[in-house]
Amino acid sequence: MHASLTAGLGLKPEHFDAALLCRAPGLWFEVHPENYLVDGGPRLRWLEAVRGSHAVSLHGVSLSLAGDEAPDAAHLQRFAALIKRIEPALVSEHLAWSAWGGQHYPDLLPFPRTTDALQRIVANIERTQAALGRSIAIENPSHYLHIEQHAWDEIDFLTELTRRTGCTLLLDVNNVHVSASNLGFSAEAYLDRFPASAVAEIHLAGHTPDPTLGGAMLIDSHDAPVAPVVWALYQRLVERIGVRPTLIERDGNVPAFEEILAERNLAAAVLQQGDATAEQVAA
Amino acid sequence: MNIAASSLGEFQQAFATALFDDGAQDASPIASLLRQPAFAIYRNTVRKACIDALEANYPAVARLVGSEWFRAAAAAHVAVTPPHDARLMHYGAGFAHFLAGFEPAASLTYLPDVARLDRFWTEAHIAADAEVLDGSALASLPPEQLGTRVLIPHPAARWAWFEEAPIHTIWRNNREADGDTGDLAWHAEGSLLTRPQDSVCWCELDRAELAFLDACAAGHPLADAAAAALSVQTDVDLSRLIAKLLRAGAFAGLR
Repeated sequence: MHASLTAGLGLKPEHFDAALLCRAPGLWFEVHPENYLVDGGPRLRWLEAVRGSHAVSLHGVSLSLAGDEAPDAAHLQRFAALIKRIEPALVSEHLAWSAWGGQHYPDLLPFPRTTDALQRIVANIERTQAALGRSIAIENPSHYLHIEQHAWDEIDFLTELTRRTGCTLLLDVNNVHVSASNLGFSAEAYLDRFPASAVAEIHLAGHTPDPTLGGAMLIDSHDAPVAPVVWALYQRLVERIGVRPTLIERDGNVPAFEEILAERNLAAAVLQQGDATAEQVAA
Repeated sequence: MNIAASSLGEFQQAFATALFDDGAQDASPIASLLRQPAFAIYRNTVRKACIDALEANYPAVARLVGSEWFRAAAAAHVAVTPPHDARLMHYGAGFAHFLAGFEPAASLTYLPDVARLDRFWTEAHIAADAEVLDGSALASLPPEQLGTRVLIPHPAARWAWFEEAPIHTIWRNNREADGDTGDLAWHAEGSLLTRPQDSVCWCELDRAELAFLDACAAGHPLADAAAAALSVQTDVDLSRLIAKLLRAGAFAGLR
């Protein structure tokens, strides 16, 4: 666990200069490694410059760990080289698939949580961790579909993955709210059951109602500020599990750096409060 | 309907097929998912991400034809050629070729070549790092040795000749923020893209410069490259030609 990391920000190229100069205590940055798996050029130099002054997290979106095939070996090799170069504080991926039969579908696609799927995903995580030379954190996805074939509860499934592979978990609180709203379960009950000791990182992001289906279907859109209901869930989570590196993700309608930093500072304040509570409990 | 019997792979095959096929599939192993309105979210997200990537990778083409036309053309390309690489900056390698055969673009004969230059920009942007050869390396050589040495193109250097239209000028005018939109002189021209420091740069090439670069890329020594330049333009000023290409950052070394 990285005790020195407080709240971080998803790093957008348009914020690069401001990010480099910002010295907020405990600030760190997260990027999608896919954008930096290049032979050379300015992207790697941007990332190395940021890494020179801040901790960096690599959050993969394309390993397709829940695909019924092994992760792309060439991609893993490039990912490993980037890790060696950047020495990230955290590395994470999703409980989802995005590739099949040599084609890529740039999204985080769902799958039936069966025991067969569990075995395949365990093998894929093990292969990934061996190639990268480190353990990774696995993120809970956003759900939109009712899948009848699920044989496993999601938290049990994630817990089993940590037990079998030594991976940790990335808990996306917005994804929990979106999924709970869309599928009709209690976000509070889900968060209260989530295995605290396995959580290496927390994500917070904004969501929006689906433009055609309306408020009955929330989209994990990352194009709006974190909603009050998600802040409340986050506070509840930190009170229970304690302080974890927490990321504000913003991929669309990206505001000025100062605006998104202010949102990040709200998360840092929740963590500071959580830290004070923990100290009181310990005393 | 026997969903439980379908394997993870069968599920993924059916799901992946349905992402680009809006037709009803009652016999599909994911029939119960296709009946849910939310399946459209995955269709929209995947297609939009692919189209967004093409629009980001082909900005001069998009500016020429407008976003609405571009996105319609991109959607047609995405449907037949989804990404084969997780790195979306690589997506669209075949887009210029697609545009050449895209019937609604038939009257825009210059469009595929403009797409080629957008692609060159991406390739130059992410190419391997290498020191740029500067003029002093050549100047320090005894003149009698010069002709036998080979100039090695920089990994980021890309160039092409366009016989039918001033593609370099059209592309530049639609790539630069304050690009000239005045009348075009309709002539053949060449284009060179390089990355001397971190930023991709470009300049127009004439036939002699292009012949010289082609000869260098083929591994021919400087004397042969010079002869190639002279063969297409008898009055070429070779020292000016070499100085221009060196200044642009076209070479990484000398062997």
